[in-house]
Amino acid sequence: MQPSYLKVFLTFARNSLIRDMSFRMNFVLQCLSSMSWAAMNWGLFKIIYRHTGEIGRGTGWHENEFFIFLGTVWIVNSLVQTFFMANAEEFSELIRTGNLDFALLKPIDTQFLISFPRVNWAQVSNGILGVLLIIYSMFKIYSQDPEAAEIGTAGVMSKKFSWIAIPAFLFFVGCGATVMYSVMICLASTSIWFGRNQNLYNFWFYITNFYRYPMEIYQRGGGIGMALWCTFTFVIPILVVSNIPARILAQPLGSPWKTWEWGLAAFAIVASLWSLLASRWVFRKALLSYRSASS
Amino acid sequence: MFSNAITWWTFFKISIHERLIYRADFMLGTLMRFLPTLTQIFLWWAIYDVISTPGSIDQTGGPDGDIAGYKYGDMVAYYLLVIISRAFSSMPGLTRGIANQIRSGEVKKFLIQPVDMQGCLLMQRIAHKLVYYLIATIPFALVFWLCGDFFVDGWPEWDVLIVFYCSLLLSFLLGFFLESCIGLIGFWFLEVTSLTFIYMLMTFLLSGHMFPLDLLPDSIGNFVDFLPFKYLAYFPAAVFLGKVEGAAMYQGLAVEVFWVVLFIVLSRILWWKGIKHYAGFGG
Repeated sequence: MQPSYLKVFLTFARNSLIRDMSFRMNFVLQCLSSMSWAAMNWGLFKIIYRHTGEIGRGTGWHENEFFIFLGTVWIVNSLVQTFFMANAEEFSELIRTGNLDFALLKPIDTQFLISFPRVNWAQVSNGILGVLLIIYSMFKIYSQDPEAAEIGTAGVMSKKFSWIAIPAFLFFVGCGATVMYSVMICLASTSIWFGRNQNLYNFWFYITNFYRYPMEIYQRGGGIGMALWCTFTFVIPILVVSNIPARILAQPLGSPWKTWEWGLAAFAIVASLWSLLASRWVFRKALLSYRSASS
Repeated sequence: MFSNAITWWTFFKISIHERLIYRADFMLGTLMRFLPTLTQIFLWWAIYDVISTPGSIDQTGGPDGDIAGYKYGDMVAYYLLVIISRAFSSMPGLTRGIANQIRSGEVKKFLIQPVDMQGCLLMQRIAHKLVYYLIATIPFALVFWLCGDFFVDGWPEWDVLIVFYCSLLLSFLLGFFLESCIGLIGFWFLEVTSLTFIYMLMTFLLSGHMFPLDLLPDSIGNFVDFLPFKYLAYFPAAVFLGKVEGAAMYQGLAVEVFWVVLFIVLSRILWWKGIKHYAGFGG
């Protein structure tokens, strides 16, 4: 009999919520701590924008546009940390202790079973913060009087908001989360070969560091920058994760999308499908090398 | 006195061997530490590009703009130097280690044995750090050689260099005793995780690890100036880059000494008060 994946997932989510709620103070502290990291990040850019009007000349990433970008990063991050992070760490641990045996025995897809058992509800707080930041920044951008904007900071054009942007944004955030999930599963799978992957979190932090900024900063950075841009767009497609949805809402250039922007969006869809398949392949390949441990 | 020295030497040797086990992993880990700096380089390039006169280029081949007295090269050099300061002043696991020992009752062994807990921990830290510098020199040298162009003014004068080295050594001591104090609070609170987290947040922001403190608006900057945190990252880097010069430099060093002494005394007091308060839970 085919198990109902949705029901299983909902049970996981419910169990995790019950667990989180039994340590309520801890839950609140976790929320606060992840939100204060976000606030610090926001503070850094608030300070940077005291000294400059834009990040990258002519890119259109002015303060409000950039905060939409930042909000998008927070949302994707919060999705990753809510649903995948703890599970990937647990997966490494299962391999080390040999408890993966039990997961392999269960009559359900193993990748599903190790990907979703724990939902870290506290990390949702960051996503909510991201949504609030985006709404606030959008409000500031679109409420700008077009004529005043024309006279004010150079390059600011009046932007028109279309409601299609919202479902498109959500769709591409979904694509982004898929890409991040795939990268994480690939990373976690490596612990089958290495025995233990203690640096998983570090490595994750170092990789995701690249998607926290608009990709223009690499494109204009000469040879190394272009190499980085190519690597993190086409090999490990994490740049499209944040850039596409943020561009949809922020419209940094103010004008209708250009061909390359459409192309990149189409690529993001392909990339998320492709990386999902790749992660599936890596996961299966890794499982073949699994030799259990302990008793 | 002599037997004491032998005890310390033994602790020191054990810790050195402990640390030499995973050399390659260690070197790779150190190189990875510089990855975030790579994004910083591009980010700041994009920022400086906007505020500079179009097409202008300074000695580094970068844009010529100026933010709070920092040219583009200075800014990148600052981030690289801060990694050095933090290599001295950061004490991963110290606070939690102390608090765990108190909670689990392991601290009892220091009450029975004629060995001082802080002395023992300090020896371990020195050994760990020495091994770290020994191994990390290779990746550090590589990165600084690659990034040499960002150091526009080259090497500073010898007196500045001496102050720089002193401030690094002091930042090690400051980091150690400050974090010990927080760990020792565990005598009263048992659970210091949230306290550790606040400390981590504070140091990241107020030490200048995140950005040069000169960028802060004056109202906040003046306040941050009075806190000990800036000696953990900002001060050594600023000395090296000549942002703090002459009398101010020596004055800063003196204040750093003051903070170190203060936290040494404080940690001793916390220790003596703590063991009086200690009830010895656990096995």
